[in-house]
Amino acid sequence: MITLKLDGQEVQARKGQTILEVAMENGIRIPTLCYLEGLSPKGTCRLCLVEVTNWNGKLVPACVTPVEEGLEVITRSERLDQIRRTILEMLFLERNHICSFCVSNGHCELQDLAVELGMDHVTFPYRYPGLDMDLSHEGFGLDHNRCVVCSRCIRACSEVEGAFTWGFQGRGVGTMVAIDLGVPWGLSETCTSCGKCVQACPTGALFEKGVATAAQLKSPEIIREVTERRPRVF
Amino acid sequence: MERLRKIPVTRIEGHGLITIKLDEDGKVKEAKFHVTEVRGFEYFCRGRTVWEMPGLTARICGICPVSHLLCSAKAGDAILAAKVPEAAHKLRRLMNLGQIIQSHALSFFHLSGADLFLGWDEDPAVRNVFGLMERYPELARDGIKLRAFGQRVIELLGGRRIHPAWAVPGGVEYPLDEERRDEISEGLPEAKRIIERTLSLFEENLPRWREEIETFGNFPSLFMSLVAEDGTWEHYAGAIRFVDAEGEVIADGLSPARYLDYIAEAVEPWSFLKFPYYKEHGYPEGVYRVGPLARLNTCERMGTPLADEALKRFRTSAGGKVVTSSFLYHYARLIEILGCIERIERMMDDPDLLSPRVRADAGINELEGVGVHEAPRGTLFHHYRVDEDGVIQWVNFIISTGHNNMAMNRTVQQIAAHYLQGGDLSEGLINRLEGGIRAYDPCLSCSVHATGRMPLVVKLIGPDGKIIRERSLQ
Repeated sequence: MITLKLDGQEVQARKGQTILEVAMENGIRIPTLCYLEGLSPKGTCRLCLVEVTNWNGKLVPACVTPVEEGLEVITRSERLDQIRRTILEMLFLERNHICSFCVSNGHCELQDLAVELGMDHVTFPYRYPGLDMDLSHEGFGLDHNRCVVCSRCIRACSEVEGAFTWGFQGRGVGTMVAIDLGVPWGLSETCTSCGKCVQACPTGALFEKGVATAAQLKSPEIIREVTERRPRVF
Repeated sequence: MERLRKIPVTRIEGHGLITIKLDEDGKVKEAKFHVTEVRGFEYFCRGRTVWEMPGLTARICGICPVSHLLCSAKAGDAILAAKVPEAAHKLRRLMNLGQIIQSHALSFFHLSGADLFLGWDEDPAVRNVFGLMERYPELARDGIKLRAFGQRVIELLGGRRIHPAWAVPGGVEYPLDEERRDEISEGLPEAKRIIERTLSLFEENLPRWREEIETFGNFPSLFMSLVAEDGTWEHYAGAIRFVDAEGEVIADGLSPARYLDYIAEAVEPWSFLKFPYYKEHGYPEGVYRVGPLARLNTCERMGTPLADEALKRFRTSAGGKVVTSSFLYHYARLIEILGCIERIERMMDDPDLLSPRVRADAGINELEGVGVHEAPRGTLFHHYRVDEDGVIQWVNFIISTGHNNMAMNRTVQQIAAHYLQGGDLSEGLINRLEGGIRAYDPCLSCSVHATGRMPLVVKLIGPDGKIIRERSLQ
């Protein structure tokens, strides 16, 4: 067993666990976005950054940092809240997140985080990129405007469904999720139409076709439930 | 050039400007009502899905979101080309009746009540809803209660008072249950008592407004609205009818989807709001009015007993069949509220209201669809073109206030010609110009799909084109 401190509280952990897993076991909430139980952690969104006091206050992503004996971790502070709010602002300004008529309004992880962390306005200029929707699939739709590039769809598709339909294309701020090698979703030869990507998506970027404003309810926990019943394929 | 003080602004939606041009003798040569902002909904809706359009276009307005919501859902129905369950149509109707009640109550009590009952020459600091509360607390309270009833109907159906996203292409999101229906039902008796006593109060006061009735947009024009197949007042379905100032039906049974066959829109360089006209009569002769006054002129009956009685009195008050004074939009609004309440009463026993089958599911079966609908302020058109996947390619809206654009201009001209004396922008003139516009209950933010508060500015321009006076209206 490993002993470490989370927000001054001494807790026990097993070797190989991450800071986030230990925090969750001990009822300590660390905000996350790209993390989804059942999928491999990637540490891409940086919302779960925590401060390790005995590493000179270094910021590390809790979802991918394994615990060590004697770690002293701060999960909530004014500094961390400020950093998390700025990350959220960056996510909001990067694409066109208009909650008022979004299918996920009221059921959106990005929106919930903004409320939780008190991000009530964006202080930098918006980018307003001109992005398309892909409604070519018979059951599902993709709206790049609402994508936060968290890769949960990519991981759900490869690790749980084993279809490897989703991937990234482009680099940096131009990174987009893509189907197969960049074809319209409806033309995909690999998609099994299982819908796990839609359930895993934290925002309204992936949705069931036909849902109206605020009507898209998702169950991301099915990803964990499936992986509890059978191992991940990848 | 002389500038007068500017006064803070309230009580109309959007931005507008009135200019009055004088001739050499100081008489009114021309008066215009300009709408001075643009918003661009028709452009940024492109690229969105047809299923999002009700929720998206509802955001055009915070007062009549329901009108856009329902009209957009109907345009979506046409694109899905699926049979919408009857229960969904009835529930949408119910919501629209609630919308008409709340919007008309807002217009009459909150926005125009102070003009009507405190008088045009009252101090602007008092001539508002708070002044009304002080002087006529019962009346003000009635207005608030009546509007609350209409909003509660909307909320009980769609989950929220403003911007419910409950109507969708193919029907509505979820059904009504018994408990919520009963709550609507319980609110009806008080709402009915309120509108009956308000209607009596208005009718008692009619002689007092003789001059306003004569001069606030009293001119012959066409009137357009939806009417039911048998000619009864209609707000949700039916076909388009035009009547002229003599009450002759000049066009009937027009398919709403073919609106471009009979309506064209002119553009003037001095206003962002387009000028729709009846195509056959040309521009500007094809001026027509929409909204409560028009609906009461085009229909043969209201279809409910008390409202039908009121309709008779309404027509008698104007001494004939057609009421041509825009001042009497107020009267028409009250009669419509009464009719809406009676219609809701009648719907309450309908078992269809509680049906769980409220939505038809379908893909994209048509690439083009028109929704038409009677919003509180008049006939509303939403026209969409989509691609095979349902992504919006092109949008056209004709908004109720837009139809009345020419009529509002004539009203301004008439009031200015009647009340302008000695080239002076007197308080009384300003208030009446404002009241004349307000009779239409215009929603300028909707009409140009625009946003913001409304400084309504009046400019008085001499024959040399120079501004003699300029004032902001309250």
